[in-house]
Amino acid sequence: MAEKVTKRYKPRPDPVVIYKKWCKACGICVELCPKKVFDTDRDGYPVVARGLDCTQCSICWIHCPDFAITSKEI
Amino acid sequence: MQKSDVTHQYLRHTMEFPNVWCPGCGIGIVLGAFIRAVDRLHISKDDLALVSGIGCTARIPAYVDFNTLHTTHGRPIAFATGVKLANPKLKVVVISGDGDILAIGGNHFIHACRRNIDITVVVVNNYIYGMTGGQYSPTTPMGKRASTAPYLTVEPPFDTCNLAISSGATFVARSTVYHATQLSSLIEKALVKKGFSVVEAMSNCHTQYGRLNREGTAVRMIQAFKNVAVPVSTAAKLSPEKLEGKIVIGVLHDIERPEYIEHYQKIIDRLQLPKMADKEEKE
Repeated sequence: MAEKVTKRYKPRPDPVVIYKKWCKACGICVELCPKKVFDTDRDGYPVVARGLDCTQCSICWIHCPDFAITSKEI
Repeated sequence: MQKSDVTHQYLRHTMEFPNVWCPGCGIGIVLGAFIRAVDRLHISKDDLALVSGIGCTARIPAYVDFNTLHTTHGRPIAFATGVKLANPKLKVVVISGDGDILAIGGNHFIHACRRNIDITVVVVNNYIYGMTGGQYSPTTPMGKRASTAPYLTVEPPFDTCNLAISSGATFVARSTVYHATQLSSLIEKALVKKGFSVVEAMSNCHTQYGRLNREGTAVRMIQAFKNVAVPVSTAAKLSPEKLEGKIVIGVLHDIERPEYIEHYQKIIDRLQLPKMADKEEKE
């Protein structure tokens, strides 16, 4: 049953996009996100893990010192 | 609401990215806040001159596509005064560090405050000389470790905002990199203000200051500003003992005073008008 649901489910695009080429893996976005949207990969770079929780509060891209985060919706 | 990629429109994409600052350095956040403030005011790229001196913060003009000037150590305000006098239509912004503006350029700073020339100064205060290796600066708090003060500093620090207020600046505000949205709106107010306006942006230097004083990673230093910062309205009710070690944020000073360029223009007009009248009579 669960399998059928996942098959029908169309994944939404990520609410925020991380431009990995400019990212320095400082971890500010991961820590400051109030909804804990990001997880870190093994090199410390942020990855969007819980995209559905994102509320587009803009804290991550306002506090990104390297301008590496952009939002698709805003 | 502003778009998230608005900063990219103002960056110089010929420069090599990612930028030179250490991972997690607050200077990038200050730059983002500044660009957003400029974008909200719809200032054209050609109508703004960005001047800086030497230091980590002074790398900012290299990355943004305005009229930019990277000058000698401590003299950005002197150069900016020249730019403003030569072309008063330009909006001139000085963005530099605490060591650059308050130590070697302290003289220029207080005299620009006294003249009240229409320049906006953004002082990024990270308590230390970051680029040159962690020497203590005039804003390093007392009893902190620096590479030139291994047995703790014994000098009381400057309070940038009080210095600017007492020297005669018309708009003085302070914010931190944690409060980046407020910082952006304060820079916006400072850009609009006619007269000498100073915005102090408290930043983190986890590579030098944080490492020597065991204040943790960049994230921990940025989050620490949340507990230390006190808004102006709350600070007015608190006693001076309770305010010790706190950072008062918000607009600290906002007055009207005669502006230097206007006075200077009046003198030019007064001296030029009789000559012009003579020429017209001859013709």
